[in-house]
Amino acid sequence: MSLMQELGQRALDRGVPLSVQLDVTYRCNERCVHCYLDHDDHGEMTTAEIRGVLDQLAEAGVFFLTLSGGEVFMRMDFFDIVEHARSLMFCVKIKTNAFMIREKEAQRLRDLAVQDVQVSIYSHRPEVHDAITLLPGSLKRTVAGIRLLRSHGVKVVVANVLMMRNLSDHAGVRELATELGAEYTIDPTITPMMDGDRAVLQLGLGVPQLRDVFRNSDLVGDVNEFCAPPPAVSDDVLQEFPCSAGHTACYISPYGDLFPCVQFPLPSGNVRRQKFIDIWRHSEQLNEVRSITARDLPVCSRCDHVGTCTRCPGLAYLEGNMRGPSSQDCEKSFARTGIPSANMHLKKTWPPHGLVQIAIPLPESAALRS
Amino acid sequence: MSPVYVARATEVAARSLDGEMMIMSGRNSTLFTLNPVGTLIWQSADGKTPLAEIVERKICTEFEVDPVEALRDAESFVNDLASHGILVVSGAPINSIKPIHGGAT
Repeated sequence: MSLMQELGQRALDRGVPLSVQLDVTYRCNERCVHCYLDHDDHGEMTTAEIRGVLDQLAEAGVFFLTLSGGEVFMRMDFFDIVEHARSLMFCVKIKTNAFMIREKEAQRLRDLAVQDVQVSIYSHRPEVHDAITLLPGSLKRTVAGIRLLRSHGVKVVVANVLMMRNLSDHAGVRELATELGAEYTIDPTITPMMDGDRAVLQLGLGVPQLRDVFRNSDLVGDVNEFCAPPPAVSDDVLQEFPCSAGHTACYISPYGDLFPCVQFPLPSGNVRRQKFIDIWRHSEQLNEVRSITARDLPVCSRCDHVGTCTRCPGLAYLEGNMRGPSSQDCEKSFARTGIPSANMHLKKTWPPHGLVQIAIPLPESAALRS
Repeated sequence: MSPVYVARATEVAARSLDGEMMIMSGRNSTLFTLNPVGTLIWQSADGKTPLAEIVERKICTEFEVDPVEALRDAESFVNDLASHGILVVSGAPINSIKPIHGGAT
């Protein structure tokens, strides 16, 4: 067990919220085609309110604090927030599109010793990236912002969300990240809108594309290991919790609403009206989330993939049942291993349409149909 | 022997978990955890109190240790933390120290 896993386990045992993501605004200068947020301001927390929340989070034992949005630099007081967070000795991570980062901002982020800055890049080609952000010139400005951050020694992580329209560009983004001296991560998950609208999901990858991604050793490392069939399900596996959401992590919106995770919009309280620690300890919703083990999942507990699936309870919730399957993760498990999930059998959605729409060399095709 | 002063570095992230400090180095993102003795020294490292006084007043009263040996171990410990950039060691008092917050215990 790594030190990080050990700390996670200790926090879980003691009910400590080790990680919190706080979105300071939903406003944004970009209009990414796949974004799950409503960018209007419906009454964001004030600077004083956010400072008060940060005080409470520190007191509750939160260590990892992710400040995100929207675009964080849309808030004129963003550095006041970061400064206060660092004075409370949080390990601060920031998500931004870096469009508004100039010399002064890069220097200040360095001086405040933020842990890292995560920046989304969709393509190394401006015509593709800018067509996703819907902001002309955004790739140029984003890359310039990253260069400034790196020149000041700030650690940068380039996050590459994969969709159909930028699928062929991940190698280019990876090369760009390397050239910039940034880390590179890839994410093939498109999230439904927070109000449940699932229209954006059509932008995401289908099973055939996921299958190609999962068989690319540059992206997943050891393909045989990554795509291995799931091991037999043990009793231990059925006693496990789905993820850290609500257990050692939670999410707070710009309006003070507290959810188990940014991808799990189950209203669990509001820090404008309640103390954070009271919500964390006594929220009926969080306690319900905490009560669910793999054994309690009516479909997934009977699935071969239950021990290895990336099932997101938040995506399941957005599908209508936090104890139900997350179809997107069913597709990922299937794309990885070629073995359909229990949910796919149940819904008779296997084989997915995508499989019969592309040409696959015969032996592989035969294997997938078996 | 001249007094040794110790102060928490400003670039680190730190929080108490279950009575022990977890500290992330701002220099290279290395994560450290301190045992109860180390945690006591870290929490007392205000830049103003000499290390010998911290050992005498905090360590020797909390733990059954030989004072001379405890000070020797403490000096080795703070120098080790200083080499990782998470503690500042000086022969003179140090300013600009952040308070330690929270942490469920």
